[in-house]
Amino acid sequence: MLDVKNLTVGFPVRNRGEKAMLMAVNDVSLTLNKGDALGLVGESGSGKSTIGRTILHLNPSTSGHIALDGEEITRLSAAGERALRKRAQMIFQDPHSALNPRMTILRSVAEPLVLHTRLRGSALREKVGELLETVGLQKQFLYRYPHELSGGQKQRVCIARAMALNPELLVLDEPTSALDVSVQAQILEFLKSIQQQKSLTYLFISHNLAVVRYMCNRVAVMYLGKIVEQGPTEEVFKAPRHPYTKALLEAVPLPEAGQSRRTAPLGGDIPSPLNPPTGCAFHTRCDKAIAGKCDRVPPPEVDFGHGHVASCFLGVEGQGTTGEKIRELA
Amino acid sequence: MEKPLLEIRDYRLNFNTFDGVYHALDGVNLSVVAGQSLGIVGETGCGKSVTVRNVLGLLPSPPADVISGEILYRGKDLLRVDQKEMQRIRGSEIAMIFQDPMTYLNPVFSIGTQMVDAIMAQQKSLPREQRKNKREARQHAIAMLEKVHLPNPEKQIDRYPHELSGGMRQRVLIAMALSGAPKLLIADEPTTALDVTIQAQILDLIAELVEDMGLSVILITHDLGVVAKICDRVAVMYAGQVVEYGSVDDVFTRPRHPYTEGLLRSIPHPGRPPESLSGIPGFLPNLLSPPKGCRFFERCPKALEKCRETPPRISRPEKGAEALCHLYSEERGDA
Repeated sequence: MLDVKNLTVGFPVRNRGEKAMLMAVNDVSLTLNKGDALGLVGESGSGKSTIGRTILHLNPSTSGHIALDGEEITRLSAAGERALRKRAQMIFQDPHSALNPRMTILRSVAEPLVLHTRLRGSALREKVGELLETVGLQKQFLYRYPHELSGGQKQRVCIARAMALNPELLVLDEPTSALDVSVQAQILEFLKSIQQQKSLTYLFISHNLAVVRYMCNRVAVMYLGKIVEQGPTEEVFKAPRHPYTKALLEAVPLPEAGQSRRTAPLGGDIPSPLNPPTGCAFHTRCDKAIAGKCDRVPPPEVDFGHGHVASCFLGVEGQGTTGEKIRELA
Repeated sequence: MEKPLLEIRDYRLNFNTFDGVYHALDGVNLSVVAGQSLGIVGETGCGKSVTVRNVLGLLPSPPADVISGEILYRGKDLLRVDQKEMQRIRGSEIAMIFQDPMTYLNPVFSIGTQMVDAIMAQQKSLPREQRKNKREARQHAIAMLEKVHLPNPEKQIDRYPHELSGGMRQRVLIAMALSGAPKLLIADEPTTALDVTIQAQILDLIAELVEDMGLSVILITHDLGVVAKICDRVAVMYAGQVVEYGSVDDVFTRPRHPYTEGLLRSIPHPGRPPESLSGIPGFLPNLLSPPKGCRFFERCPKALEKCRETPPRISRPEKGAEALCHLYSEERGDA
């Protein structure tokens, strides 16, 4: 349904007075089928939010193609962008800053309806009331202001607003990171149930691996603007192929007794995207990096079946490919 | 049992606001033994930060109003020491680090300048001949940065906060906090602003300091995983009360308070395929007029009739574990 091909997004920046291009997303390809929930995970600065925003034309792409239902949406006119937003909507991390503090909930949720439909007056009010009901808020909230609502309630309002036009695709950018866990659980359950009811497609951006495992049937792991591994969620979590995915999974503290205390799997910080490492971008932090190879040549994509793909030289060896083949690739 | 390093007893604290009296803390009891780490978990507004702020006298009064209780540090009540003594304790006995390292570093001074300032300030109470001069203080700062594994400390010390990554900044703050060789470190959400891989590094460092230097730590977090990973004991707070208190092994394998159970059922487990999450329906009670009985009554799936009217008292279902719940006083058959 959503097809992203070789997407590159660069931002012009000045680095010590010199013009440079910061490659936030670098040659990324993704496919989402109808009803999929694809989790996009990675550390901050890996480019996961940029992908979501670029799909919705909230920032421009540099090169590559995005297609929705086979229809090219990489470049759109203003009218085309409006039509796109009927079909694809976004939910942001912080519901408080996503709502205008001077608008009642009614006005906020009605806004997309006013812009895109002919509903007005009491019919509009009724529709908004219905929308609020689907997200579990009573009609009494219609005339409240955002500051009168809790964080969880505000996020429900944002979901209602995003759902107002019955979009097919929802881009959720860290939708529960600002919420407490007991509220997060309610919102996640709710997002999961409406996804099934309306067979929505989710692009779920999160740094929380547990949440992604819970919500998504597929997952893509990003590092420095590139997808290093993607595949069915359970496969990636049970048998991660890329050393970065492994490290990311090991870094999550588990809510259970009896863990070993000192196990940080990765040293150092994510390198600057202004000056990314040559070869495999991860080689500077990878304990399995092969000198003379990983630091020189970009790794190949290796297919492990069921759409489970990882970009790593180790994968090539794991597949039993001969030494010559690796040298050939190098 | 070992004598605790820090003991909070029957601590009650109100905030006087325009809307009335906000009952922020209601009878908090906690203790930290030397060389141990205590985790305090709970959701927003449960009082976990407020509980520890006054250990270092950081709550302005008004609006804060201590109703009762004592915070005993080696037998000394920190709620009743004078300014001068508190100044001495800050940094050299007890130190604190916070969630967002950027906010606690001054952007216009280099790391070194700020660390030297802190070191010079901490030694004011020492006799003159024991104090370090600026050059020695700088050497000490570099040694501390090395201790927290900041790469290239001699170079980094002259950099400014914006030149460092989030993880490095948090290391600098930890180094600064430890420069006065405190016995107790209070860390208020130290890794919340960091990525998981960097969080793992900082948690590693904290665990190392506890194991190798005999530091005691109070770690405040909303992340149950973080507590399970590096703490010895855990206190679960809800609406200004400690509702469950015990060893990490105990609380995570056999939670006793319905709120703790609810919390554990709310978080998806990163190491297991998905099961359904229950969450905890309802909201925190308004602490301007706290409920008469149990503060969790409204949201509790196991509530009894008497929970509505009678506040539960701490009961000890087993040795070392405590729960603030009628269910356990029921079981033991006493009042």
